Amino acid sequence: MAHIPDPHLSDPMVPVLARVTNRVEEIPGVVTFEINAPQWQGFAPGQFNMLSLFGVGEIPISISGPSFDSTTIIHTIRDVGAVSGAMATLEPGAMLGMRGPYGTAWPVEQARGRDVVVVAGGLGLAPVRPILYHLITNRANFGRVTLLYGARSPDEILFRNELSKWRAQLDMSVEVTVDHADATWRGHVGVVTTLFKGADFDPAKTTAFVCGPEIMMRFGANALTDAGVAPEDIHLSMERNMQCAIGLCGHCQIGPFFVCKDGPVFNWAQMKPLMAIKEL
Amino acid sequence: MSVKGLEKIVAAHSLFAGLGGGFLELVAGCARNVRFEAGQYLFHEGEIASEIYLIREGSVALEISAPGQGCMTFMSAGPDDVVGLSWIVPPYHWTFDTRAQEDTRAISLDAICLRTKCDADPALGYEVMKRFAPTIVARLHSTRLQLLDLYGTHS
Ligand SMILES: Cc1cc2nc3c(=O)[nH]c(=O)nc-3n(C[C@H](O)[C@H](O)[C@H](O)COP(=O)(O)OP(=O)(O)OC[C@H]3O[C@@H](n4cnc5c(N)ncnc54)[C@H](O)[C@@H]3O)c2cc1C
Ligand code: FES
Repeated sequence: MAHIPDPHLSDPMVPVLARVTNRVEEIPGVVTFEINAPQWQGFAPGQFNMLSLFGVGEIPISISGPSFDSTTIIHTIRDVGAVSGAMATLEPGAMLGMRGPYGTAWPVEQARGRDVVVVAGGLGLAPVRPILYHLITNRANFGRVTLLYGARSPDEILFRNELSKWRAQLDMSVEVTVDHADATWRGHVGVVTTLFKGADFDPAKTTAFVCGPEIMMRFGANALTDAGVAPEDIHLSMERNMQCAIGLCGHCQIGPFFVCKDGPVFNWAQMKPLMAIKEL
Repeated sequence: MSVKGLEKIVAAHSLFAGLGGGFLELVAGCARNVRFEAGQYLFHEGEIASEIYLIREGSVALEISAPGQGCMTFMSAGPDDVVGLSWIVPPYHWTFDTRAQEDTRAISLDAICLRTKCDADPALGYEVMKRFAPTIVARLHSTRLQLLDLYGTHS
């Protein structure tokens, strides 16, 4: 199994001061930051950091850059509220608190020699991007690679340039759909599960990674099991409100699991029974 | 094209895959090849839903227009998809526009022809309905998900 880094901190609850070194507005309200932090030694795809702004608050954010770059930390943040909104305004040079990396990783190496299907919806493309970098860099180790991505509208497609580049690479299949569009859009329109019909993979030898809003992951995982992929081979990244991020406070609990410590990456065999319980 | 040629094409579409010989002949008897240039409309909202399209190549956009908001594509259909469910239920009117997004080839089934045959032979009617039902249910599920606006900032 691949090594999953622990927090690079002497005290996992005390953030270090990190500096924003670059900022790119991907689409309105979504910003990708490059950050430099002392003591950082890299992460595994799927892990997250706790980012904080003093006097505003602290939030969990997945790492969206390549895991082979152990010096730069990349985060893609959508402005949805107080903390993320304040973070989205940061400019290069700004300082923020950071602790991490935390959580389990996408089991990318378990997919060696198998077909890989990555299903992402909306901002869910950010937490799976490290998987795609890994697959592309180690392309020969995997069977057919398929990315199925759903966005709300053409204006809200994330990482558009990279999607085009990956599609042009010819050794992976990249399909994009939007929920609705105007007449200028020539691509696919419909929910992300409608892309499964044209996808080419051997369900018995497929590992799938699914990330997006919880309902989308539920329908995506069900569509994959309908196609014959085993629940244990379908992995998803869960989101819950977090505070400690080290399994102490219980804020992020889903059934018997703490999302911060036992997750955020779980397989569908673990999550399906829990997602069926409405109150969780 | 010969009826046999059309039968082959109809049988190759997943909607009618595995359809028995007798039924296939009846369905293909209502079929013809059609072609649309990019930008051309297959039909408009309010018109009589007199055809069913089995898409073979290209893609089409299903659109609804709202005053002040222009045209919105709520679904696209490509190879091996079917466009046309309104022929099943009275008053048999299209409830949206459909435009070719690129040059598109399809099989058009004459809906009145097929309905008449289904009415005359309930076994055929049942077989055809069984084949359309999954598409109807899948569209309903998709619509539900789209209504939830999953990727909106509140989700
Ligand atoms: C493991 C993990 C990884 C994450 N990775 C990322 C990431 O890479 N990029 C990113 O932008 N966000 C990510 N999030 C979500 C992010 O943590 C939340 O958006 C953030 O905590 C919201 O805090 P806030 O103070 O800005 O908003 P709040 O004031 O707490 O909430 C404002 C509004 O946003 C809604 N909201 C809260 N959380 C979410 C959420 N998770 N998704 C959608 N809407 C939400 C609330 O319902 C509320 O309506 C991740 C969450 C977890 C648990
Ligand atoms: S955030 Fe405290 S236990 Fe998970």
